Amino acid sequence: MTLTIDELVKRVGAWLGGEGPYADIVISSRIRLARNLDGFPFLSKSSDSDRSQVYRVLMESIAELELGEDTLVVDIEDADELDRQVLVERHLISRQHAEGEGTRGVAIANNEQCALMINEEDHLRIQGMRSGLQLACLFEEVNRIDNEIGQRVRYAFDRRWGYLTACPTNVGTGIRVSVMLHLPALKLTGQIEQMFRAAKEMHLAVRGLYGEGTDAVGDFFQVSNQTTLGQTEKDIVEEFASEIIPRIVKFELTAREMLEKDRSALLDDKIWRAWGTLENARTMSSDETLFLLSHLRMGVNMGRCKDIDLTRLNQLFLRSQPAHLQKLEGRRLDGEQRSVARARYLRSILDSHN
Amino acid sequence: MSLCQRCNKAQATVHLLDIIPESDEKRERHLCEQCAAEEGLTTQKHESINEILSSLIKQSSGAPQKQDLTCSQCGMTFREFRANGLLGCPNDYLAFEKALMPLIERAHNGGDRHVGKVPQGVGGEPPRYSKLAQLRRDLREAVDAEDYERAATIRDDIQDLEADDG
Ligand SMILES: [Zn+2]
Ligand SMILES: [Zn+2]
Repeated sequence: MTLTIDELVKRVGAWLGGEGPYADIVISSRIRLARNLDGFPFLSKSSDSDRSQVYRVLMESIAELELGEDTLVVDIEDADELDRQVLVERHLISRQHAEGEGTRGVAIANNEQCALMINEEDHLRIQGMRSGLQLACLFEEVNRIDNEIGQRVRYAFDRRWGYLTACPTNVGTGIRVSVMLHLPALKLTGQIEQMFRAAKEMHLAVRGLYGEGTDAVGDFFQVSNQTTLGQTEKDIVEEFASEIIPRIVKFELTAREMLEKDRSALLDDKIWRAWGTLENARTMSSDETLFLLSHLRMGVNMGRCKDIDLTRLNQLFLRSQPAHLQKLEGRRLDGEQRSVARARYLRSILDSHN
Repeated sequence: MSLCQRCNKAQATVHLLDIIPESDEKRERHLCEQCAAEEGLTTQKHESINEILSSLIKQSSGAPQKQDLTCSQCGMTFREFRANGLLGCPNDYLAFEKALMPLIERAHNGGDRHVGKVPQGVGGEPPRYSKLAQLRRDLREAVDAEDYERAATIRDDIQDLEADDG
């Protein structure tokens, strides 16, 4: 049986499982590889026929891989706008892919831990996702898929420049390692700017929840590499797994300890105010929800709030987003209707656990 | 109201006092927001990769002839690339190689060559692009060295390879 987007909405993807090393601070690990086909122009100079050929060749190759029975292929050009938005909210495709033009698609596999985007900025983007900090096994999987597709198609590759990408910032390995972190204590103690500066010195990019060009809402930050040339894939992955991320995690943990020791009243106030608002509000925006859920998550992870678990909390994060809300309600809602529906949904989950 | 000293177009909103170390001389500078950002004097919090790239591109726009480079394969010009930050085809890396090099090195923290994995390729064959790119580089070297006999041979090889694809 094939999976549909409507069924997807009812589940929580495995990468949001709240498991894995450092899961209290590291929400998820992601790795993507950018690839293009030899013999075709990049997308900015592709004709409609080039695009369809690239789409067909890649979808045929992907169909030959054994990605599992729950593989979902979505023709994004034909897909309903709400369905596209659901995929963005689940981090399975980029906003750029949802809002783009022309023949394009995505193949989603392995319980949403793998997504192959076709005709986004490059012909192919192979992405893997995992809950917590699990980069080594993730790279192994992404690399295996890359090798298997690479045996079926010819990638644009140059000995000097490596894998050739539409944007020169990705050329070489075409790899982007990206780790989503929850850093509420660094924010509360005013040390987050220090983390930004350190990241910049290490040539890392720090972004918001939905990647490029988005603001950090609710203390969630994506840290990713910017260098794809002059370093091997393994070195980049290794540096994230054993140096960069553990260092940021330690920084956050120290800030949490400091709050517990010196500002425990302030800390509990943030946590229980968030709970009180989420449990009682009659209208609620997306941003406020993220902000409050962030504080609640901190309370759960620091053992100060035991009335909800991480799985349930992740479900709230996912389903309170605009497209998910509308899917669950089974109808289109305008902004104000969404705020009312969101508050009602949050109350229904938090009340039953009180 | 003063105009930006760098672009002479927008209103200067960023005012700086540079101290030149060797002479202790002070210099006032008045720039618009954009020029200040391009010179790295103000930091935008959430710069996207494309923004970083386009500022890199603009910074290295010194030599005007770079703008007129055109890729024979896809028709992309360097000027067009500078405007949107995306290349048109794999051959652009060769067609614009000299102009791209400093941008790439800056974007990659000094990295100037690939050291990562190499595709195993279809049936062990190297990608056609790789062969073509190598030949075009050899051709350029041969022409630079005024070795026209060798250049002619290489040109024939290129034409054969391109015809194969036809
Ligand atoms: Zn200016
Ligand atoms: Zn081209």
